[in-house]
Amino acid sequence: MDVMFILIGASITVAMTFLFAFIWAVKSGQYEDRYTPSVRILFEENIQSETENKKL
Amino acid sequence: MTVEKFSYDNKIVRDFAIATVIFGVVGMIVGLLAALQLFGPIYNLGTQYTTFGRIRPLHTNAVIFAFVGNAMFMGVYYSLQRVCKARMFSDLLSRIHFWGWQFIIVCAAVSLPLGITAGKEYAELEWPIDIMIALIWVIFAINMFGTIFKRREKHIYVAIWFYIATVVTVAVLHIVNSIELPVSLLKSYPIYAGVQDALVQWWYGHNAVAFFLTTPFLGLMYYFLPKMAGRPVYSYKLSIVHFWSLIFIYIWAGPHHLLYSSLPDWAQSLGVVFSIMLIAPSWGGMINGLLTLRGAWDKVRDDVTLKFMVVAVTSYGMATFEGPMLSLKNVNAIAHFTDWIVAHVHIGALGWNGFMIFGILYWLIPRIYKTTLFSKKMAAFHFWIGTLGIVFYAASMYWAGITQSLMWKQFTPLGILQYPNFLETVVQIIPMYMIRAFGGALYLTGVIVMVVNLIKTVKQGSLEANEPAEAPAIEKGYADRSSKHRFLESRPGKFALLATVVVIIGGAVELIPTFMIKSNIPTIPSVKPYTPLELQGRDLYVREGCYTCHSQMIRPFRSETERYGEYSKAGEFVYDHPFQWGSKRIGPDLMRIGKKYPNLWHYNHMENPRNVSPGSIMPNYDWLLKQNLDNSTLESKINVMRTLGVPYAPGYEKQALQDLTKQAEELATDLQKNGAPAESNKEIIALIAYLQRMGTDIKGDTTTVK
Repeated sequence: MDVMFILIGASITVAMTFLFAFIWAVKSGQYEDRYTPSVRILFEENIQSETENKKL
Repeated sequence: MTVEKFSYDNKIVRDFAIATVIFGVVGMIVGLLAALQLFGPIYNLGTQYTTFGRIRPLHTNAVIFAFVGNAMFMGVYYSLQRVCKARMFSDLLSRIHFWGWQFIIVCAAVSLPLGITAGKEYAELEWPIDIMIALIWVIFAINMFGTIFKRREKHIYVAIWFYIATVVTVAVLHIVNSIELPVSLLKSYPIYAGVQDALVQWWYGHNAVAFFLTTPFLGLMYYFLPKMAGRPVYSYKLSIVHFWSLIFIYIWAGPHHLLYSSLPDWAQSLGVVFSIMLIAPSWGGMINGLLTLRGAWDKVRDDVTLKFMVVAVTSYGMATFEGPMLSLKNVNAIAHFTDWIVAHVHIGALGWNGFMIFGILYWLIPRIYKTTLFSKKMAAFHFWIGTLGIVFYAASMYWAGITQSLMWKQFTPLGILQYPNFLETVVQIIPMYMIRAFGGALYLTGVIVMVVNLIKTVKQGSLEANEPAEAPAIEKGYADRSSKHRFLESRPGKFALLATVVVIIGGAVELIPTFMIKSNIPTIPSVKPYTPLELQGRDLYVREGCYTCHSQMIRPFRSETERYGEYSKAGEFVYDHPFQWGSKRIGPDLMRIGKKYPNLWHYNHMENPRNVSPGSIMPNYDWLLKQNLDNSTLESKINVMRTLGVPYAPGYEKQALQDLTKQAEELATDLQKNGAPAESNKEIIALIAYLQRMGTDIKGDTTTVK
């Protein structure tokens, strides 16, 4: 079952990548504001917003 | 603070949208054909290119990589630009990504019907296409990370995290699972064999579901659902928590595809534990999606895009509850190898992926074409007929799966199998197969209505290829402002160091055991490598996609050992590149088929299965009786197999053809003696040789085969 080690190695590498990404995200203040980002994406300053606002 | 003017690339979004619609229709038509074939062998159309064994991989590849893949790119290219407040990193890379991906799809659509296949589910494409996939994926990754780096919005919205997880993990999965040694331009053998190949394959297969069909679509949900509903996601905090927990847990759950197989027990249990844990983060996403509509359910009544999204998210919730349940060993014992699994994956594919794609298309196409949807009524019709299609599909497949499984396991009071003839259990569920095809046809009808609707919509609008936008430039050095960010200041150095350490640890973990530890697969002295003729026959078995209907894995249940024979041992597969355990028993298991029937039976059966089994739904394989066996790569095959550790003696490749001819002539003589007009140079001879060898190495006198 040598391949187990390849898989565990690959999985751990992926997991470590995510772990560092997570640490970076927390430390760099990505998650200091846990509300505004959800609202911000709703407001796109569309330059031709007249046509944009039409609903389906 | 200067406001910068730029534009979003809508053309690439439009291109991927067209591709997803076209390949969606194609993939579903092929799926419908496969569904018809399962109750009417006539729908195999009498050619080798359209038999179920080749059509089914075409269907799965088309819907996963062409339909869902293109839709993922469409949604990512649309939303990534907008949440990053930046145009895609490079228009050129976008185009290369688009055309490269479509070229891969065309290669797949040509090679799979031709029988050019690696024989591993959802990774059937041969090595040149695998390399192209890796290259195009890297281009996508560069384009995506380039866009993220030049973003004008400091915060990375949760959807982007899901896209990042997708890009990183799919690359790793694809590469690890596709390591193979080429025999020729169109044929290769995976470097892993048997149990190990199975483990790699399902580590890949499970995570392909996770990181190709799930995480990117959760990202899309987090962008498009709030946009459609006009309100923020229910809990941004929950989205963060469930994202990180989801990606950390998902990668360990793969072994649940191999319960009760020859995989070591501890690995199976590990897979189960992580699968159960997955309920929490999965449902975190579902709940967050549905609760986004809190207080806005009135909008769902009027807005068809939201209807699609609600069914999509609900399907996701059902499938991610069912998945962990199916990974419990006692449930799996019943469900595995049956149509229950087919129902499960189609809840995901038709409901979660399909409906979300339709919702996004209905929302997005009018927007980039600066118009409104041509017909809301047609969209509503699509929604209802699609939903109905899913219900027919899933209900019939659940019914078929449970019925057949119970019949397989039923003993009479005397302790013998109540339905010893496998065919009986197939005939029983034929009506369900018909209902399934009907459900699929309804679903496809809805899609065709959508195509008309979208074409009309496009015609009444005009594409805004470059949508103007403006945003303030991101402040330089924002990260250095507070002491909290000291970690970030020293990030380049630390990060490089840490990354190196990780890579070294990862590499060491991978390589050292390969040199130091002897494989702990119990070897069985009587298991010998295949003869050249059997090896050729095995490659035909792979080419025809026999694994799409027949398993080679007898689980240690009495109902299976009674029916098929001695349960499968890990040591029996050590020369199987690739493994062919299969995941579905549309026909019976073939692990111990060897020597069970005379050669003549196989000859007649392959010509027309209904010759010997009236009512069988297996396609005819009459061309195997006419086509000459191609031995041109035999030498290379033996060499590659030896490189992979199969103990063929040095120099054997020179003698292989001679041995092959000898064995083929013996087999043909036996057939002729029994009245079949067999010729020794035909493909059928090799296939019969392989079938007669299967599972016989350990048989001896103790066989329980009846």
